[in-house]
Amino acid sequence: MNITVENLTKQYGTQKAVDDISFQVKTGEILGFLGPNGAGKTTTMKILTCFMAPNEGDVKIGDYSIHDHQDEIKTKIGYLPENNPLYYDMPVLEYLSYTANLQSVPKEKINDTIIDMVQVCGLNDEKHKKIGELSKGYRQRVGLAQAMIHNPEILIFDEPTSGLDPNQIIEIRNLIKRIGRQKTVILSTHILPEVEAICDRILIINKGKIVADGTSDTLRKQAQGEEMLRIKIEDETNKDLIFESLRSIDSVEMIDPIADTINTYMIQSKSGQSSRRAIFQLCVRKNWTLTEMTPVETKLEDIFRELTT
Amino acid sequence: MTKTWIIAVRELKSFFDSLIAYILIVVFLGLSGFFTWLFGSDIFFIGQATLQPFFAVAYWTLFFFIPALTMRMIAEENRSGTIELLLTKSVTDWQVVLGKFSACLLLIVIALVLTIPYYITVASIGNVDHGAVWCGYLGLLLMSTVYISIGLFASSITSNQIVAFLLSLFIGVFFLIIFSVLASDSTGLVGEILNYLNMQSHFESVSRGVIDTKDLIYFLSISLFGLILAETMVSKRNIVD
Repeated sequence: MNITVENLTKQYGTQKAVDDISFQVKTGEILGFLGPNGAGKTTTMKILTCFMAPNEGDVKIGDYSIHDHQDEIKTKIGYLPENNPLYYDMPVLEYLSYTANLQSVPKEKINDTIIDMVQVCGLNDEKHKKIGELSKGYRQRVGLAQAMIHNPEILIFDEPTSGLDPNQIIEIRNLIKRIGRQKTVILSTHILPEVEAICDRILIINKGKIVADGTSDTLRKQAQGEEMLRIKIEDETNKDLIFESLRSIDSVEMIDPIADTINTYMIQSKSGQSSRRAIFQLCVRKNWTLTEMTPVETKLEDIFRELTT
Repeated sequence: MTKTWIIAVRELKSFFDSLIAYILIVVFLGLSGFFTWLFGSDIFFIGQATLQPFFAVAYWTLFFFIPALTMRMIAEENRSGTIELLLTKSVTDWQVVLGKFSACLLLIVIALVLTIPYYITVASIGNVDHGAVWCGYLGLLLMSTVYISIGLFASSITSNQIVAFLLSLFIGVFFLIIFSVLASDSTGLVGEILNYLNMQSHFESVSRGVIDTKDLIYFLSISLFGLILAETMVSKRNIVD
C-alpha cells in the first residue's frame, strides 16, 4: 500500500512541528525517518496513525484519507509508538490476545497469530510473565508483536531498536528487513548505521521540513560532489617536490598534507574529474612508491550534521 | 459494540488483577453491612423489614468509592502513553470511553449483587415491599452511572490520578450536598433549578419505589453529559486551532 503525504502541517500553539511536508512511500519500501530531537518525526507518525489531526494537508493510505477513513486506515497500520507504552499489569499472552481482538483478527485465527508472533519476536520464554516484569528489550519485542499481530500492510515504528542489546538489534533489523519486503515500513531512528543497514530510502527532516530525500548512496553523492583521495607516497624525502608535482596535475583542486604522518596527503579533485590515474602515472614516472590510495567517502553522519545544524 | 465489550472486559479484569475490586467489594460490604445491621439507625433500630438503611449508607459509600475506581481509568493511560496505543487500534474514542464506563458499572453491579443476601435476610424476618427494594437498587445503579461518568470526565482531563480523584469528588459533592444547600437559600427559578439538580430528592423518590420519568431523565442526562465531556477530552488531541 502506498502512502502519500501531501503538504502536511501541524502546529502546537505558535510552533510549527511539521511544516508543509510532502513525500511518498511505495509498497515494499523501508523508509528511514531521520532527524534531530524535536524535528517532527514523532508528530508526523502520530498523524499517519490517525492519532492526531493535522492543521493542514492530507495523508492518503492507499485510497483512504486520514480525514475520512480513520477506521479503515487503523486496521491497515501497525504502530509502535515512541517509548513503547504497554499495560505493565497484563501478561504477555493476554495482552496480545487483547490487541488481536481490538484489531478484529477473526476469532479462529487469534491463537495461531499469537503463537506466530511469539515465535517471530522471540518471546517464547517470557510469554507467561507480566509485561511489567520483562526487561526493556523484551518489552520492545512485545511492542513489535502487538504492532504486527493483525498482519497490517503498513508498519510504523518509532525508534524500534532503542533499548535493545546488540544481538537483539541485529535480530530486530533482520526481522524488519524480512517483513519489509511485502509491506510498507516507516521507521524513525537517530542511529545512523541502522538506517544504512535496513532502509531503502532515507528522509532527513529538520525543524519540520524535509531537508534530504533519497537512498544513502544518492545522499552521499549529493553531499560529496568532488572526489576525495587519501594517498601515501614513500621513497621520496623531498616533500616540496612531491607537493609541487601533485599540484601540477590538472585535475587536482586542492592538496592537504595530513599532519603527524609522513608523506600522506588528502587530494580533492576538481568536480566531475578523477585524479587517480594521473597520480599513479606520476609516481611511476618519478619512481616513487605509492603505498596507499583510498577514496574517502562522506559518512552519513557528516551529511546528517551538515543538513541539520 | 463488541469493541466496547472487549475494552470493558479488560478493564474489569484489571480491577480484579490489581486487587482494587476485592478491596472495594470487601470495604463496601463491610461498611454497608455494619450500618445496615449493627450500628446507628439500623434495621433493628427502625424495627421495619426494609432495606432503607442500606440504601442510605450505599448512597454515601458509592459517592466515595466510585471516584477511586474511575480515577485511574483514563489518567493512567494519559500518563503512561498507552492511550496513544489504544486509540491507534481500530477503535473509536466513544468505544474507549463506553468500554471503561461499562467496566466500572459492571463492578458496581457485582458489588450490589453481593448485597442480595441482605435482601433475602430481611425478606425472611418480615414483610418486605419487594418493589421498593428493586427500585432502591435501581436508584443506586442510576446514581452510580452519574458518578462514573463524572469520574471518567475528571480522569480524562489529567494525567494525575489524585487530581482526578479529588476533582470527581469535588464535582460529585455539588450534586450530593451543595446544590441542596444553595437551593434552600434561593427562591424562584434559580431555586427550582438548584433543587432539581440536587441528587438526594431524585434518589429518594426512586428508592421509595416511585419511578418518575423526571428522575430517570435527571440521572441519564447527567451521565450522558459527563460521558460526552469525557469523550470530548479524549478526542481533544484532534482539535486543531
